[in-house]
Amino acid sequence: MSRTLTAMADSTPGGYGSEPGPRPAPGPYISAVTNRTTNLVIRGAMLFSVGVFLALVLNLLQVQRNVTLFPPDVISSIFSSAWWVPPCCGTASALIGLLYPCIDSRLGEPHRFKREWSSVMRCVAVFVGINHASAKVDFANNVQLSLTLAALSVGLWWSFDRSRSGFSLGVVIALLATLATQLLVYNGVFQYTSPDFLYIRSWLPCIFFAGVITMGNIGRQLALYEHKVALEKTHQD
Amino acid sequence: MTLRERLRQKISAAFYHHGLLCASYPVPIILFTSASILTCCYPLLRLPLPGTGPVEFTTAVRGYASPSHNPLGDPVERPDWYRGPPVAYIQQVLVKAAVSPWGSNLLPVDAFRPPLGQVFTLLEEIRNHVHSDSSGVQSLEHLCLQVTDLLPGLRRMQTVLPEHGCLLVSPGNYWQNQQELFDSDPDLLKTVQKHEPKGLHTSATLRDLLFGVPGKHTGVSHYSKKRVVTYTITIALSTYDAGFLGSLRARLKQLHPSANCSLGEEHMVHVHFKEEIGIAELIPLVTTYIILFAYIYFSTRKIDMVKSKWGLALAAVVTVLSSLLMSVGLCTLFGLTPTLNGGEIFPYLVVVIGLENVLVLTKSVVSTPVDLEVKLRIAQGLSNESWSIMKNMATELCIILIGYFTLVPAIQEFCLFAVVGLVSDFFLQMFFFTTVLSIDIRRMELADLNRRLPAEAGLPPPKPGPLRPREAPPPPRPSPHTITLQTPAFRNLRLPKRLRVVYFLARTRLAQRIIMVGTVIWIGILVYTDPAGLRTYLAAQPPHLGGMAPVFPGGDPAKALSVLPAREATPLPENQSQRHLAPGRVQEQPRGPPAATQVPWGAEDEEGWRRLSFRHWPSLFSYYNITLAKRYISILPVIPVTLHLGPQEAPETPRHPQDARLPPDPIPKFSSPDLQAADLTLYKVAALGLAAGVLLVLLLFCLYRVLCPRNYGQNGVSHGRRRRGDLPCDDYGYSPPVSEISPLLLRGHSMDIECLASDGMLLASCCLAGQIRVWDAQTGDCLTVIPNHKLRRSSSSGCWEQRGGRDPCVGGDSASEDEGGGFPFRRHAPPLRPPLFTDQPDLTPLIDTNFDSRLPPSSVHAAPPRGAAFDYGGLVERAYTEHEPPSPAAYPSPSYSSSPPTAGFANCRRSPVEAPDRGFACGPPPAAEWEGSVWAMELRGNLIAAGRSSGKLQLWDAVEGSLRCSNEEGASGITALAFLNNRIVAARLDGSLDFFTVELNKPPGLLQYRGAPGRGSMPPSPCYSSDDLISCQLTRSVLCAHQKPITVLRAAAGRVVTGSQDHTVRVYRLDDSCCLFTLQGHSGAITAIYIDETMVLASGGQDGAICLWDVLTGSRVSHVYGHRGDVTSLVCTNTCVISSGLDDLICIWDRSTGIKLYSIQQEVGCGDSLGVISDSLLVTGGQGCVSFWDLNFGDLLQTVYLGQTSDGQGVRQLLVLDNAAIVCDFGSELSLVYVPSVLEKLD
Repeated sequence: MSRTLTAMADSTPGGYGSEPGPRPAPGPYISAVTNRTTNLVIRGAMLFSVGVFLALVLNLLQVQRNVTLFPPDVISSIFSSAWWVPPCCGTASALIGLLYPCIDSRLGEPHRFKREWSSVMRCVAVFVGINHASAKVDFANNVQLSLTLAALSVGLWWSFDRSRSGFSLGVVIALLATLATQLLVYNGVFQYTSPDFLYIRSWLPCIFFAGVITMGNIGRQLALYEHKVALEKTHQD
Repeated sequence: MTLRERLRQKISAAFYHHGLLCASYPVPIILFTSASILTCCYPLLRLPLPGTGPVEFTTAVRGYASPSHNPLGDPVERPDWYRGPPVAYIQQVLVKAAVSPWGSNLLPVDAFRPPLGQVFTLLEEIRNHVHSDSSGVQSLEHLCLQVTDLLPGLRRMQTVLPEHGCLLVSPGNYWQNQQELFDSDPDLLKTVQKHEPKGLHTSATLRDLLFGVPGKHTGVSHYSKKRVVTYTITIALSTYDAGFLGSLRARLKQLHPSANCSLGEEHMVHVHFKEEIGIAELIPLVTTYIILFAYIYFSTRKIDMVKSKWGLALAAVVTVLSSLLMSVGLCTLFGLTPTLNGGEIFPYLVVVIGLENVLVLTKSVVSTPVDLEVKLRIAQGLSNESWSIMKNMATELCIILIGYFTLVPAIQEFCLFAVVGLVSDFFLQMFFFTTVLSIDIRRMELADLNRRLPAEAGLPPPKPGPLRPREAPPPPRPSPHTITLQTPAFRNLRLPKRLRVVYFLARTRLAQRIIMVGTVIWIGILVYTDPAGLRTYLAAQPPHLGGMAPVFPGGDPAKALSVLPAREATPLPENQSQRHLAPGRVQEQPRGPPAATQVPWGAEDEEGWRRLSFRHWPSLFSYYNITLAKRYISILPVIPVTLHLGPQEAPETPRHPQDARLPPDPIPKFSSPDLQAADLTLYKVAALGLAAGVLLVLLLFCLYRVLCPRNYGQNGVSHGRRRRGDLPCDDYGYSPPVSEISPLLLRGHSMDIECLASDGMLLASCCLAGQIRVWDAQTGDCLTVIPNHKLRRSSSSGCWEQRGGRDPCVGGDSASEDEGGGFPFRRHAPPLRPPLFTDQPDLTPLIDTNFDSRLPPSSVHAAPPRGAAFDYGGLVERAYTEHEPPSPAAYPSPSYSSSPPTAGFANCRRSPVEAPDRGFACGPPPAAEWEGSVWAMELRGNLIAAGRSSGKLQLWDAVEGSLRCSNEEGASGITALAFLNNRIVAARLDGSLDFFTVELNKPPGLLQYRGAPGRGSMPPSPCYSSDDLISCQLTRSVLCAHQKPITVLRAAAGRVVTGSQDHTVRVYRLDDSCCLFTLQGHSGAITAIYIDETMVLASGGQDGAICLWDVLTGSRVSHVYGHRGDVTSLVCTNTCVISSGLDDLICIWDRSTGIKLYSIQQEVGCGDSLGVISDSLLVTGGQGCVSFWDLNFGDLLQTVYLGQTSDGQGVRQLLVLDNAAIVCDFGSELSLVYVPSVLEKLD
């Protein structure tokens, strides 16, 4: 008896035991969460909002440094940059965050390194810190700045990712994003106050790379959650 | 063995020893660590407190030179920021002008229009001033700070603030420095007001900027009583030229001397501005902090399996924070002053240092074998993780060192802090956190021990029951009572929402604190914003102020005016810039004493800029995109200028035609604009008040909704009644998994179960048909069937018997009548009779109340009046002949006749049953009489005490199924029974209370031990002897215990408590039947009573009230209203009282405070089926299921379905047995459910 009792006590807090037997059909919430499309949409929405939020905040950091020119009214400056920037960042982060777990599963090597929320939070904090450093710290010259940021970005990858797919994807996306920015600047949609390398700032790829790693980290963690729920569902079935 | 392995071994051993040390001496180590933390943090005391206010530094004007960028060995101590030239030198020309004496023909506008008009003259003078000396010709154009564009967002200020030229501001800017515009301006005040920002403004306004003095000091108003207008002309200079400034000062002084002015000219003040944190900077900062807290939250959430999660999480955070403090302290100690913004880099430092090691340590320690000693556990846990900890630390140090070589000062400093922080963090982890962990683990072990002790002590002691002589004490089962639940620290007690709010408020004293803080803030605001308050006091530099009123800094204006003599102005020939102002009109001459008192100059004018907002200068410069953050400006001593305008000149000033009609006259001057302003204020106040009122009403409404549930009269939260067939769930909608435990179904009864009784080993049940069955409580075997003889009279009873005969006892898996011969009864299957009354409910309890009177005429064999031995065969025959003429005599005539009762007590002998058959030979012989239905039943030992509606008290042998004795002294029906030790208390319908003593007439030693009952194998030859007598003697009868029928009777702890319909509860002593107390307090009939061995007495009545009583004193402890309708059952635990009512609500009350903790909605009709298994486990019945609840938190733990279909009948009765099994009725079946439990770790 005690064995079953132990099992029961174990299953009590979590809510979903895995013992077989007649069990009621999952409620609407559970089935909605376990639904693949819904889950994808939920994850995408979360990633999108995270991306928009980070874009706004980091934009604000840049504003302080006068990287881009803004009128001095502070509150409005949050939204004063081109309106399409935050949605673009959000969309990009949603894409990246969904792409990472997808590629992981395609390659058949699930990411197992430090898969927990505290690590993700640490990663986000380091990412914000990199942005902070790029905005606030006075560097002697741009080469130094770029090199430091590159080292920091790679350090970020090493600390929180350590997967080859993550690295290559990050590099590719960073290059693509830089190229896109370059095109935008070239067409005059956008302008930097002090371009140092072909009309753009040379540290941009590093920031992009770090951002890709971070968003991928978040996306993987979210996907892990879905995986868990799906696993439980199969157990239930 | 490689070097690496050796190193690893060494490290592991070192950690092991360290762990032993920490766990062995926790207190000294914690003291040592605290001391070292404090020591390291000591240098922090010398650090300046952070602040954003400007810092000042004063130097002498004489011999001033712009400080160099690299001060070398300065003898004078100067602040760090005082290097390099300032952003600007500020030269202010402070103008005080008055029209004097005031003539009656003057309009109020004349008080400021002419003085303001003078500004253009002065500006002209200043602009055109030229100083030539040996170095060349200097003019303002060369020296002043050239500004370019205003910021793009300030287009509206373009007309007012200078662009493309000298930064020179004065009130003249309002009129673009053009006298014509000024003269044609119909309303000067309106022009000034036009640029004021609407609403609340915190930083410097344009008016302050242009006037250079705080708004209310300017005197530009219709109602200025002093009629002294003050303003400044502010010049920002980029370079300091002592010669030019000196000559300008001399020139202005010469033109407009201020005789009574004694302003110092020796000191210039350098003001350094710190970086201000604006919202734009605050948002990223707040974001990083949010991320930091999320990180800490997610990290500490992983701490598990410890005694106090919060304690350890706190320790972890303390470890990280104090390591940071130590790092800053150490760095300061060694001469490195932090230049970075601590608040900004702090989150990153925490993230870099991290909580990972702490978590790894905790996890490793708690995963060591728990049976080890605490210090060994700590040591093992440490040494297991030593290698990875060291490796991680080395890696982090390497990364940080790499960062150090980026050679960026900020990053280097960050890295330095991080390195020192990492090292001190390691130190703290090793000493502080490990020790805290050991303390925690030790506490957990202690708690385990404590929890185990009562569990073991709580085993029921083997009772030396005189009534169970043949039975060995039950083998001590490992008590399954101890139910392991989750650690309760994080489970929230399910309270009603309002109670939670109230508790929260009470716990945190939130309301008081908010009110207190609000009051303090309010007072602070009052003090600060009061015109005579702190702000002016602060702004006006306390040393000079003394006690004068800041509003009138110049002293008594009346005096100044009265002394003012009439005089004519002497025009100055050099006054080149006077335009249409006639030369005879203006300025003062250097004059004698009369002038000295005209315009007051005070010490506060010396540094008048102090009265301005400290954001004055930053905002002025920020308009031109010049930041003052981390830079400084130098403010030169002001140049005082005094203007006296004669009364005859003032009217000559070209008044604008509208001036005259603006304020009609000075006397009713408070009428129109002021009234207008007052009106506006009134409206504002009214609107504010209205908004506040609406807000208040909304707030109160919300509070009401939160605090008072909608169903106010319904006692508690509304519970949506669960629909039939739904899964039972708790209030959170959580529905735990359905267990696989299959309950034992005890089948055999033909009708619904009415009474249940148990003594732990045996279980007796009585159905509506009057049949009593005895079951083995452990296995569920049916041991005995005691049919109700009365039913023989009806043909439907035959049907029941038939069913019973075919399917006598399908109790569990092994209970079969024929197997093992273990069942001491065997019935003949009577021939099937067509049921006559099958479609009718059995109303026997309602019908037959006292058949004694009816019996004599129908008696056949035995002496009818005594009624003790009565052959009902004839009765049966008669019954059948009534309905069914060819009635076969199914039952043999009773072969039993009792010995006649003598001396007033009924003496029943056991029926001499045939040995091989050993059961009732289908016509249970003993009491051949109308028995009445069983109204109350108790089971002790192996005696069943059954109280019948006929007033008879019968004692049955539970195993044998034989009537041991019967007492029929009372005539009124027995409504309740209590069986304690060897006493039986019976409460009767007429309100009397009978005390019986059960005596065993034969010493139990002679009885042969029968063996453990109910294992399916009964010893074949129990030594039943017919002279084994049990007598039941009425010792005392309290005739009028209650005025009305007794409804409840409970006995425990030597007390008998009765509750009656007469609204009272009485407490009797069991020994001498003495009434101790009559407890009054209910306003309805008593329906439920609880008393246990700890003398806890609770009673519930029809009024829905629950009273707790002190049994020793008879006083009422608490009184709560809990139910709509009757309280149907009551149970108390150590901490709470559980009540159920007719409203099918189970309420859990705090026993000490009488506060309802929460309530559980029951199924319809299952309201009173509840039981408490241990102090924390509650069982309730439902529709075809039994639910287990965690009593402390109201969480539904488990639901056990009794039948295959979930839509079974409701569980109406529920009995908790000693061995933690639960018996509940399930229609006509009984269900035996073993409580799911987890045995505690025994070692």
